[in-house]
Amino acid sequence: MPSRSILLDERAFARALTRIASEIVERCQGTGDLVLVGIQRRGVDLAERLAKLVETLDGHPVETAKLDITLYRDDLQAAGARPVLSETDLPDDLDGRTVVIVDDVLHTGRTIRAAMDELADFGRPKRILLCVLVDRGGRELPIQPDIIGVRQATAPDELIAVSVKERDGKDAVELVRGGP
Amino acid sequence: MTAPTLGKDLIGLESLSAEQIQLILDTAERFKEVSERPIKKVPALRGKTIVNLFFEASTRTRISFEFAEKRLSADTVNVASAGSSISKGETLVDTARNLEAMRIDMVVIRHGSSGSAEFLAKRIRSNVINAGDGKHEHPTQALLDMLTLRDRFGKIEGLKVAICGDVLHSRVARSNIWGLKKLGAEVAVTGPASLLPRDIEQLGVKVFPRIEDAMQWADALNVLRLQLERMTGGFIPSLREYNRVFGVTRERLEKSGRDLVILHPGPINRGVEIDSDVADGPHSVILPQVTNGVAVRMAVLYLLAGGAPDWQHSGGSE
Repeated sequence: MPSRSILLDERAFARALTRIASEIVERCQGTGDLVLVGIQRRGVDLAERLAKLVETLDGHPVETAKLDITLYRDDLQAAGARPVLSETDLPDDLDGRTVVIVDDVLHTGRTIRAAMDELADFGRPKRILLCVLVDRGGRELPIQPDIIGVRQATAPDELIAVSVKERDGKDAVELVRGGP
Repeated sequence: MTAPTLGKDLIGLESLSAEQIQLILDTAERFKEVSERPIKKVPALRGKTIVNLFFEASTRTRISFEFAEKRLSADTVNVASAGSSISKGETLVDTARNLEAMRIDMVVIRHGSSGSAEFLAKRIRSNVINAGDGKHEHPTQALLDMLTLRDRFGKIEGLKVAICGDVLHSRVARSNIWGLKKLGAEVAVTGPASLLPRDIEQLGVKVFPRIEDAMQWADALNVLRLQLERMTGGFIPSLREYNRVFGVTRERLEKSGRDLVILHPGPINRGVEIDSDVADGPHSVILPQVTNGVAVRMAVLYLLAGGAPDWQHSGGSE
């Protein structure tokens, strides 16, 4: 049986998002050209929440967008069932914008590599920042986050489970040991 | 719950489950957006080589497949029967095996003989996609028809679709009947008795001898092209008479008082099975069908590139 321990409960989750939002405001010096690009699926939920928090802090509405990186994955050559596609909805023009990629968990870095390749096909952002709720280590590519909610190094038999209210009915980050 | 897969080939809709058809339509829904991007291309099929093997004339289907392949970053080769060794008498299997020896991954085949796609699929390792085999099936056409209907009506289930005209020679009709019924639509056919297959009711479709009655019953009409090239004569008295009795004309449409959605797989015989002012009018979804065709073919290529259903899921990365 896998065992679960809580890394962030609902209140810690909320505090982490508030802190991330204020870091976004700080790092992006005013939010005029900002777009928060959530990676499907929980990254999209987090980007929506962060946009509201940034608006509260900074007073201006912030644009959000959705990115599904499936078609840019580097393991599509392998045989097997094709991953299910989710919606991609990016602004028509990314040229000169400040893009903050938002995802729930950063691990190997392969998703972010795919995301940057895909964004480059939509335009030429002025700057791309990476914001993740959990950095679980284990990078296989030279990719580092700019804004992090919580760091938790994981062993090979450990997983990070992020739950968000919109999808899972609760806000939590859990460390799962001995999972399948 | 595991996601459904398509297996190695797409031969027809008769052999697919409702879940598999739904998977293709849902995947196609996502691929629509790729054709609206500033760079209309994604790297999903990078390194795959696809041969479009067309033994029969085709413009729309061949170009649509080619766009779909290129937008997925596959490398493509077009082989038409004229000007190739097929015209020197090489057999279908020999042609395909020679292509396979050049290390291809997928074959899209259009052929005049019913069953040719399945025949080929059983003999080569590459994925085979049927782009129309004789009077048998044309699965991607029916899928794009269904996607267009779903766009218009929100769902296929409970929809009433009348297939009009030359059902006898039509692989489009057969694929539509299989696909629509599996997704819970009601299907009828209408046309001159000489162009309706005998015992068509056994496929579970209604038959309306008069198109006016079909128009009263249906939510959508799929108007088939009169396949003059497949007719050896004697099926209809004249094109003018066909238009007078079975043509989808503005007068007939207005008289029906129904807000029908009109599909046509193209190419249109204007003034024969459909009048210009209907084909170009507000009821027609003929051009949206063409747009959806690319998305549907991208979905099929993407899903088949995974291979056989018993292969393992490729696993995620974070």
